[in-house]
Amino acid sequence: MTKTLTGIPGLDAITRGGLPQGRATLVAGGAGSGKSILALQFLVNGARRYGEPGIFVAFEEQSRRIVSNAESFGWDLPSLERNGLFFLDAQPNPDLIQSGKVDLAGMLAVLEAKVKAMGARRVAFDAIDVVLALMDDPRSVRREVYRLHTWLADHGLTAIVTGKSAAGYNAVAGIELLDFLQFMVDCSVSLSHDLVDGISQRSLRVTKLRGSAFEENATPFVIGLAGLEIAAALDPAAGRARVTSERISSGVDRLDTMLGGGYYRGASVLLTGSPGTAKTTLCASFAEAACRRGEKTLLISFDSAAEELVRNMKSVGIELAEFVGSGMLAIKSAIASNNNAELHLMRIKELATMQGARCIVVDPLSALAKAGDHGVGHSVAERFIGWTKENGITSVCSSLLDRALPASEGTPLQVSTIADTWIHLDYLVQAGERNRGLSIMKSRGTAHSNQVRELLLDRKGVTLADVYTSDGAVLMGTLRWAKERTERLAGEAALAETDHRRQRVTLELTDLEARSVVVQGELVLKRAEAARLTAAAASVSDELVSAQIDLREKRHADDAEAGAGTAVHA
Amino acid sequence: MREHDVVFRLYLAGQLPNSQRALANLTAFCRRYLADRHRIEVVDVFECPERALADNVLLTPTLVVVTLLPPRTVVGDLSDAGVLLQVLDREIDRNEATTEFVPLP
Repeated sequence: MTKTLTGIPGLDAITRGGLPQGRATLVAGGAGSGKSILALQFLVNGARRYGEPGIFVAFEEQSRRIVSNAESFGWDLPSLERNGLFFLDAQPNPDLIQSGKVDLAGMLAVLEAKVKAMGARRVAFDAIDVVLALMDDPRSVRREVYRLHTWLADHGLTAIVTGKSAAGYNAVAGIELLDFLQFMVDCSVSLSHDLVDGISQRSLRVTKLRGSAFEENATPFVIGLAGLEIAAALDPAAGRARVTSERISSGVDRLDTMLGGGYYRGASVLLTGSPGTAKTTLCASFAEAACRRGEKTLLISFDSAAEELVRNMKSVGIELAEFVGSGMLAIKSAIASNNNAELHLMRIKELATMQGARCIVVDPLSALAKAGDHGVGHSVAERFIGWTKENGITSVCSSLLDRALPASEGTPLQVSTIADTWIHLDYLVQAGERNRGLSIMKSRGTAHSNQVRELLLDRKGVTLADVYTSDGAVLMGTLRWAKERTERLAGEAALAETDHRRQRVTLELTDLEARSVVVQGELVLKRAEAARLTAAAASVSDELVSAQIDLREKRHADDAEAGAGTAVHA
Repeated sequence: MREHDVVFRLYLAGQLPNSQRALANLTAFCRRYLADRHRIEVVDVFECPERALADNVLLTPTLVVVTLLPPRTVVGDLSDAGVLLQVLDREIDRNEATTEFVPLP
């Protein structure tokens, strides 16, 4: 099926390419649901962007009023009316008297002349229910709907037909006015406008689209500065900015080191933590660093006014005032519950686009969860991150951790799964102190530190200190200081002890060496003495033998042999 | 045209049933109540769509009683006799009528 682009942000994605060409699309919704704006936007975009002139048939409001209502959207209808857009007032005269059956043949004849004259390709019938209510039996309604359908097809016109979904019951004819239309059209869209937790929430749902796949879920939308903007689901393949490996500073030197050089340009960074864990300070550090690099930065604060934030950050050495003055930094404070999440997102996008921001800080992003429906808040957070990525904008968002929430992902909006870098801040209450700890939960594509650091705030800004782990406990604050001191003292003592022992051993060695010289000397003496004695013994023995021999010879008494033996025994 | 003639302008869509029925009913009504003091101008919107647009006539059939002040507009095939009688109440003399007007359904 050939389709016609509507040019309405998000709608073409939901319908996978637009509305069925040469066919009718029914847009049904309650009063004030945005039907007329959608229909008019379809025609304006056709005339302005796609070279397809269009005719707006107004059954309910006078075209003058529609034109003036749409003035705020910047569509410049008066100039379009001279070229490419025609308004037909088809509002039945209130003084009109009816007698019997009527049909739309006359209107179609008038339109036909106009279509030919201006080469129209698009047409919108706004509030068709008003005219169908004049038909007094189901047959007539069916006949006129069929007449309209055939006429559109014959002329290859792509049409939007709007009708009120509620109060559309024709008591005379005994039918729902839009029923026949629902069956006739090739595409059907329903708009709703509800209050969710007291906050306005609009949504759009395609209920039928013949011959095509489409997004079947209800999708939130807003009526913004340029008409309808529908929160189309993210298309990961669509227009991503070039992925870079450029690193930019977080504003805290040691944090950059922990991250292996800083955040990636274009990444989304999530800072989570309980209240008071210095999330805002880290946000402001990043903003300050970005401004110093000369990058336009937008800071959205849901917590405090701009002046307050500047003053508070100044107390921890983060100077934002000069950048606010030079226009490098724009600080906008917002109140979460004033708008629904969609409107907040749209406003952020507008501000960022106007400013040309390269870095965006949202403090805290979790405020969106307060802005109406929780599910919508999540979807908005997801699309916000998607949008920053598409535009190569680096985003740092804080998020309050709410332990009361079902902690499936830890963060209220479950953005932790889509964020590239997730830094968690925590308190450690110990020894009567509350100290802040910082750890990197994840950081895609970077080898990051697994260490918990103690986050210190002073007048010079943020610093990160190593924490001590002792017997499985993490030490921070004065305990860390005490531990550091104890360890330093212990180190010094150990050093002194070692030195002392070294000296003692040296002394003992010297002693042993000296004693070893003495022993060597004695050894020499003893050896000499031993040798001397051996020699003396030998001479004594010789003398003795020769003396016996002399004696025997002198006696001549004993046998030489025996005498010798006795002598030895003696 | 005489001074007191009632002038009707009937916008119709060619040969479509509603339009043809309206023309028949109007003719019968006039014959009955305004026999010699009326005039019917027929505008076929298929032939003159610009005229219909200029006169802001979009539903067919549409009857405009031009001579009434202000002019009155009646849409439909005029199958409800009471409506025309009511609209032209001051213009007609019911006693003039010899037989009752019965519109085509």
